[in-house]
Amino acid sequence: MAVLLIAEVNGADLALDATAKAVSAAKALGDVTVLVAGSGIGGAADAAAKIAGVSKVLSADDAAYAHGLAEPLADLVVSLAGGYSHIVAPSTASAKNALPRIAALLDVMVISDVTGVVDADTFERPIYAGNAIQTVKSKDATKVLTVRTASFEAAGEGGSASVEAAAAAGDKGLSAWVEDKVAASDRPELTSAKIVVSGGRGVGSEESFGIIAALADKLGAAVGASRAAVDSGFAPNDWQVGQTGKVVAPELYIACGISGAIQHLAGMKDSKIIVAINKDEEAPIFQVADFGLVADLFDAVPELTSKL
Amino acid sequence: MKVLVPVKRVIDYNVKVRVKADGSGVDLANVKMSMNPFDEIAVEEAIRLKEKGAVEEIVVVSIGVKQAQETLRTALAMGADRAILVVAADDVHQDIEPLAVAKILAKIVEEEQPGLVIAGKQAIDNDMNATGQMLSALLGWGQATFASEVEIAGDAAKVTREVDGGLQTISVKLPAIITADLRLNEPRYASLPNIMKAKKKPLDEKTAADYGVDVSPRLEVVKTAEPAGRSAGIKVGSVDELVAKLKDAGVV
Ligand SMILES: Cc1cc2nc3c(=O)[nH]c(=O)nc-3n(C[C@H](O)[C@H](O)[C@H](O)COP(=O)(O)OP(=O)(O)OC[C@H]3O[C@@H](n4cnc5c(N)ncnc54)[C@H](O)[C@@H]3O)c2cc1C
Repeated sequence: MAVLLIAEVNGADLALDATAKAVSAAKALGDVTVLVAGSGIGGAADAAAKIAGVSKVLSADDAAYAHGLAEPLADLVVSLAGGYSHIVAPSTASAKNALPRIAALLDVMVISDVTGVVDADTFERPIYAGNAIQTVKSKDATKVLTVRTASFEAAGEGGSASVEAAAAAGDKGLSAWVEDKVAASDRPELTSAKIVVSGGRGVGSEESFGIIAALADKLGAAVGASRAAVDSGFAPNDWQVGQTGKVVAPELYIACGISGAIQHLAGMKDSKIIVAINKDEEAPIFQVADFGLVADLFDAVPELTSKL
Repeated sequence: MKVLVPVKRVIDYNVKVRVKADGSGVDLANVKMSMNPFDEIAVEEAIRLKEKGAVEEIVVVSIGVKQAQETLRTALAMGADRAILVVAADDVHQDIEPLAVAKILAKIVEEEQPGLVIAGKQAIDNDMNATGQMLSALLGWGQATFASEVEIAGDAAKVTREVDGGLQTISVKLPAIITADLRLNEPRYASLPNIMKAKKKPLDEKTAADYGVDVSPRLEVVKTAEPAGRSAGIKVGSVDELVAKLKDAGVV
C-alpha cells in the first residue's frame, strides 16, 4: 500500500501542523509520499521531508500551482496517482476544493473529513454536523480522502526523506487567480492553537470584539467566532468555527456570548476543556461546558483578562 | 444565459438528529425535511443574476426520492422557472452519493447546455462538500467553490471565495460551476401568490435509468453511531472561581 499525501501549502510555505497531522493518519495506510505543489516551494519540500514517517517528497514547483487553483492541481495529482492506493490531504479549504475533483477524475468517491482510520478501506467520518459518526467501507480501487486535522496528533520531526522534482502537468487556464485578502496576524492559527477564545452575537459589534481579542492575547490564544458574529460583520469569515467553518479541538475553548447551536458545537465539542460565558443560564452551550459562568460578558471577559 | 441549480431535500437544520438504535442510520421517518440551506442560497443567487439581467432562465434539478418534488416546488416559488426531478431512490434513508449525483447532473448539463451551474457548497446531511467539484471534473469545466460574491463579467465569472486564511478572488471561464457559501446572500421567502404560481410551473419527472447512470454506492455504510457524549460540567459563581478551576486543570 502506498499513500500520496498532498501537503498544505500557504503561499510558498508548508503548513506544517496540518500536513503533519495528515501524515499521522496516512502512516497507518502505507508508505507515505508527500506531494508539495506550489511556486518557489523548495523550502516547503525540505520541511516536509523532515516530518517523521514520510518516505519521499515530490516537489512540483511551477507557477500553475502558486495559488492552489483546483483544476491544475487536480490534473497534477491525477498524473501522479498511478501506483498509489490512497490519496490523502488534510481537510483544509484548498483540499476540500481539489480532492473531490481528483476523485471524480479517477471515477471514485471522495471520503471527506475522516476522523478515524479503521483499516485500509474503512473510515469513520461525522455526518449531520457531527450528530452521528458513520463508518464507511470503500469499494473503490483508489481511496481519496481528506482527514480532519483536529482528530489526529501531528507527526513529529526527525524524518529525512528524499526530495524529487515532479513534472508539472500543465494548466488549461480554466480559472485564474485575481487576489487574496488575507489579514496578517501574530496570533496562533485557529486550527492549531492550544487555546481558542470565541465570540458570538452577544459580543454585539466589531469594536467590542476587542475584549475577546484582549483575552486571547493575554492567553496567547487564537480568536474564533460563531456564524452569527461573522454574518453580522463583527469578525472575518476565517474565524468561523462550526459545521461549515473550522473544526478545532484545543486544550481550552472559551465561548463568550455564544448560544451553542449544534452547527457551532460541531466545530468545537471535542475541545478538552470548554468554558462558556453567557448571560442566559438556559443557553445550550452550558450543556457541553466544563465550566459555565452565567454573567454579562462585558463584565466577565475584561475581569478574566485582568486576573489571568 | 441559462443557469442550472441542483437542490437537495435534507433534514431541516433545526431538527435534532436521532441515530437509530440498531446503528443502521439516522431516523428520517416523520421528521421535517427542507431544502438544503446552501442550495437555497444557490437558488437565490441565480434569481438575483436573473433580476440583474445576466440570466434568462433558471432550471432547478433534484435527485433523490419522489418527495424531492416539494423541494423543487419551493425553488420554483422562490423564482426558478422550470424543474427536473430525477427519481433515484424509493427510501428516504437512501442517500445518493455525490459521484452518482454529479454523473446524472453531467448528463442533464449536456441536454440543457447551461452557461453556469450554481450549487450549494455542501449538504448538511452527509456533509460531503463534493458534488460541485465532481461535476466540474466530469464536465472539464472550471470551478469556483465556497463563493461569497459572484460577478458575471462577459465570458467569465469573478468569484470571491471563503478560504482558510480569509478571502480569495478568482476569475473562472464560463461555463463553470460555482458553489455557494453562507455569506453569498440571504435567501428570500416565497410569497403565498408565488407558491400558488409555482404549482403551474413545469416539472419534468425522470429516473436515474433515463440517464444511464448507476447510482449504487461506492461507500458501504458499515454502521452509524452516536458521537461520544459530553456531559455538562459545573457552573462557577465568579470569575475568581473560574480562574481557580482553570489553574487546577493546568490549562492557564
Ligand atoms: C447551514 C448552516 C450552517 C451553519 N454553520 C455554522 C457554523 O459553522 N458555525 C456557527 O457558529 N454557526 C453556524 N450556523 C448558525 C447556527 O445555527 C447559529 O445560528 C449560530 O451559531 C448562532 O450564533 P451565536 O451563538 O453567536 O448567536 P445566538 O444564537 O444569537 O446567541 C447569542 C448568545 O449570546 C448571549 N448573550 C447576548 N448578550 C450577552 C452578554 N452581554 N453577555 C453574555 N452573553 C450574552 C445570549 O444569551 C445568546 O445565548 C449554521 C447554520 C446553518 C443553517
